[in-house]
Formats: sequence, C-alpha cells, structure tokens
Amino acid sequence: MTEASIGARVASPATPVTAGIEGSSIGDRIYRGATTFFALVIPTLLCLIAWEVFAAGWPALSKFGIGFFTESHWDAVKGQFGAAPAIYGTIVSSIIALLIATPLAVGVAIFLSEFAPAWVRQPVAFFVDLLAAIPSVVYGLWGILVLVPFLRDTVMSFIRDELHLGGLPIFAGPAYGPSMLAAGVILAIMCLPYISAVTREVLLAVPRSQREAALALGATRWEMIWDAVLPSARSGIIGGIILGLGRALGETMAVTMVIGNRHEISASLFQPGYTMASQIANEFSEATTDLHVSALMAVGAGLFIVTVIVNVIARWLVWRTARSQGG
Amino acid sequence: MTASAMPSSRRDLASRSYRDVLAASTARTLARRRVVNHTMIGLTYVAALVATLPLILILWHLLEQGATSVNWDFFTKIPKPAGDVGGGMANGIVGTGMLVLIASLVGLPVGVGAGLYLAEQRGGKLAMVVRFLSDVLNGLPSIVLGIFAWQMLVRPFKHFSALSGGLALAAMMIPLVTRATEEMIRLVPVSMREAALALGYTKWRTSLGVVLRTALPGIVTGALVAVARIAGETAPLIFTAFGNQFWSVSPFQPIAALPMQIYLYAISPYDDWHRHAWAGALVLLALVLIISLAARFATRSRFGLGGD
Repeated sequence: MTEASIGARVASPATPVTAGIEGSSIGDRIYRGATTFFALVIPTLLCLIAWEVFAAGWPALSKFGIGFFTESHWDAVKGQFGAAPAIYGTIVSSIIALLIATPLAVGVAIFLSEFAPAWVRQPVAFFVDLLAAIPSVVYGLWGILVLVPFLRDTVMSFIRDELHLGGLPIFAGPAYGPSMLAAGVILAIMCLPYISAVTREVLLAVPRSQREAALALGATRWEMIWDAVLPSARSGIIGGIILGLGRALGETMAVTMVIGNRHEISASLFQPGYTMASQIANEFSEATTDLHVSALMAVGAGLFIVTVIVNVIARWLVWRTARSQGG
Repeated sequence: MTASAMPSSRRDLASRSYRDVLAASTARTLARRRVVNHTMIGLTYVAALVATLPLILILWHLLEQGATSVNWDFFTKIPKPAGDVGGGMANGIVGTGMLVLIASLVGLPVGVGAGLYLAEQRGGKLAMVVRFLSDVLNGLPSIVLGIFAWQMLVRPFKHFSALSGGLALAAMMIPLVTRATEEMIRLVPVSMREAALALGYTKWRTSLGVVLRTALPGIVTGALVAVARIAGETAPLIFTAFGNQFWSVSPFQPIAALPMQIYLYAISPYDDWHRHAWAGALVLLALVLIISLAARFATRSRFGLGGD
C-alpha cells in the first residue's frame, strides 16, 4: 500500500526528482524481488519433482539395481519388480506412432506452407491444430469404443486373412482388440499436430529467395521443396519429430485405455502390452505394499529422465535451426 | 512448365541423330521429373486429407453417440450406482471448475510473474536457465506430476484431496502461462516503456501499469489456452483428486472431475455407462473448445482495448 502511494506521488510531474529516485528504488526493489521469486518457483518446482520422485523410487532401485530395467518379472505379491516390458512397450508404441505420424505430419506441413489453395489452408490448419486440443481421455474413449473394434474386426483380420501375413512374428497370435498396434495408432493421431506445427514453422522460416532461386534454375515445385527447402529445415523437422516423441513417451490415459495393460514382452503388435505411463496409471491406486509403490515411482523416475533428455534434444535442434536462418 | 516446353519443341525439329537421342532422353527425364512432381504434390494433398480424417471421425462419433445422452439430468444430477439407469455428471462439471480454480489461483500469479521476469531480464543467466527449465517442466508427462503431487500432498496426510489435484494441475499450468506472458510482453513496443519512463513513471509502475496492461489481452489468451489444456487432464488427478460419486466442493476432500468420470465410465463393461461416457466427452470437448475460442477472441480485440 505504501509502495503504491509512493509510486503515485512519483508519477505526478509535480513531485521533486529526488523523491522520485528514492521512491522508485523501494518500489522497484520489491517488484524486482517479486518477479525473481516467481521465476525461481520454476527451477525449485522442477528440483522438488525430481527429488521427490527419485527418493520415492530409490528403495526399489537400490533393491533390484540394474535388473529393475532389464528383468521382465513383475509380481506385486512376491515383491519382484522388473520394468522391462513397460520400457519395451513405451519404445515400441512410440516408434509405431512416429512411423505413422511423421510422413503425414510433414506432408500436411508441406501442403499447408507450399501448395494449399488459400481457402483450404485455414480449415485444414485449424483441424490439425484442433487435434492437439482434444483431451487425452476423449481419445481414449474413442479408441476403446471405436478404434479398437475397428482394428480387431477389419484391419487385423484383413492382414491375417487377405494378406496372409499371420505367420510374421509381428502379426502373430490371436487378435485381441486392445493391443500395441491400437496404442501406436492412437499415439500417432495425438502427436501428429505437434510434429506438423513445428515443421510448418521451420518451413515458413526458410527464406523465400531460396525457393525462387530453385525455381529459377528450372526445378519443378517438388524439386524446389526437396532440394532447396527441406535440407535447410531438416534439423528443425527432426526437432519437431523428437518433440512428438516426447509427447508419445509420456502419454498416459489414451494409451492405458487401448493397450490392454499386460506385463509381457511380445513381438506381435496384435498382442496387449504395457507402457511406463500406463503401468503407473493402472497400478498405482492398487499398490498396497511400499515396495510396489516404490517400484512405480522408480518407473516414474525413469520416465522423467527419458522425457527430459528427449525434450532437451528437441528444443536444441529447433533452436539451432531457427538461429541458423537468422530468425 | 516453360522448362518442359523447350526440349519438346526441339524434338520436333530434330531428325534421327545423336541430338535426337539426347533430346529424347532429356524429354524422358523431364517426363519423369514431372511425374515425380505431380505424385509428390498429390501425396501432400492425401496427407492433408488423412490427417484431418481422425478429427472428423472423432467429432462425428462424439455427436452421434453423445448428443442423445446430453440432457437436463446430465447437468443437474450426480452419477447413479452401477445398474441404475440415468443420473448425470453435475458433480464432475463443478469439480472440474473447482480444480481449475485452484490451479489458476496458484498457476496464474506464478506464471505471469515469471513471464514478466523472463521478458525483462531477457539475456540474463538466470532468465536463460529459468526459460529452459520452464520448457523442461512443460515437457514432463502429466502422470509424473500426478505421482509427485501424491507423494507431496496425499501420502503425508493419508487423504486424497481437491487441493492436491489442483496443485498438480497448477504445475502443468505454470510453464504455459510463463511462456505466453513472456511472448506477449515482448510484443509490446519498447517505445511505450520508454515513453512511460520518460514521463517519470518508476520502473515497476511502467512494467505493471503500462507494459503488462498493454499485453493483458494476449496474456488472457495464454491463460485461457492453459485452462483449456488442464481442464481435460486426467492423469494428474487419479491419485490426487481421486474422484467422488457425490457432491463435494471442499478443497480437502476427494473431488469429482469430468475427465475422471469419463475414464471410469469408458473402461466399464456397461452400455449405459458408455453412453454417459460419450455424453461426458462431448460436454468436455465442447467446454475445451469454448474456452479455446474465447482465447482467440481475447487476442483479436487486443488493439481495441488500448483505452485511457
């Protein structure tokens, strides 16, 4: 209150200059202190999260050592915990997601930044951006009640009966609905808007002169994209893909609802699996022993480290591209 | 087009000779290049089509399955036990509002304050570190924030609470608001700051009364985007706010939330609950989209609000 009145006095031109300097220093110091405090909340919070999650996961980590990440036996009753299937499932579902989403997202981004007629550009961009706004649980609901039955009854039987690929290990076994494939597809839809947004941004950052130079040399429009635009946008696009990977690795609800939640490593994409995030979501409220809670916390700690690394790499790549183009 | 016109006319002129072969091969290359060109451009059109398909499908299914179950009861009644038909998600809607309120009370001041700091200390060492860590926090999976909030706020008290859920959401909100605030404040012309300082305003009054005020509509947009994002979150809530089948608005009791209720209903085996889940999802998505549209509107009127 006092600071405000001092400030008010300072603001009026009639106030002597000396009072202004004196008053400003107090108000400014408080303002500076307050914003610095709020800024410091962020590093503090992050350190606190890291500390709490690692400390809580430590009993399990120290008991099982490296075996926690390499063993696949997970038995809450016997107190045996090995998280390998969840780690495997996290990686595989994310890879499926990126394999599906990347060509689509880059294609859409090229379409929007280079070829789209003006009247299509707005709605398509809006629709793709809207994908990012849909809550994860809505994806999960759609996944469990629409996508999973569709995959089971149409796609899986087509691959098995029409293409006769049931002999391949990745398509082996009975067609359950909830599966690694379903998780990969749902994740692909979910990370598509992130990849396409970043790709569009870096494509737009490529100077116009570079496109015109390629066209002037006789390149077709596609050759212009391929030879003149994509190379300078490449590391930015890779950054976008890795950003999408970060989303896919940590995505919880939608995956929990469609992956089937089975703690087993199976080469077949038609079989249920587990991811680190879905294992936590699925088991945490049922975990009764301290060791079980600690094991789930350790899985969370693993997820923390992996997503931090992935995000740091992604940001660095995007930042580097933006800088190299003098943006 | 011009590039392809030349060799083909040359081919017409030439008779059977080396030049002809050369020209023919050039024409073939050109034809191939043109095919590649059209195929790849066509593929980007296909990509655009395929990428918009999921959204259309999801919206269509939501409307088809959910619209019939959204009725007055849905907004006014609480869930019925399994087996009983009817009931609504009134407590979930109110609970989501409550959780968003708690998250905003903490997340907005911290986010705006940190954003002000970052915008004003642009190149400072601490600002660089905070900006970077804010991105890291933004990239953390929400489930990690959930188990963190459980460990901090539920485990010691042996009690689920709306407060713990709201604070987990606040942790999600802070980096979003920080980034939006910083970006919006940077858009304010330096000349405005200089003008205010030249008129004898102190630094803090310039920052809050002139710069922040000018950037306010943009910050409101950022805040609404953050609210839209956290309102649909489930993962940070299932071990903190926990859910509640009855009315509760107490910060210290377990509280219902729309996304958690949808999750519970979606994974149940009952058809009636599935119908409720669709209705809930439709309402949740409508809520999120309305907030997002409000966010767009707030930015659009930015320069209309200049004023006194």
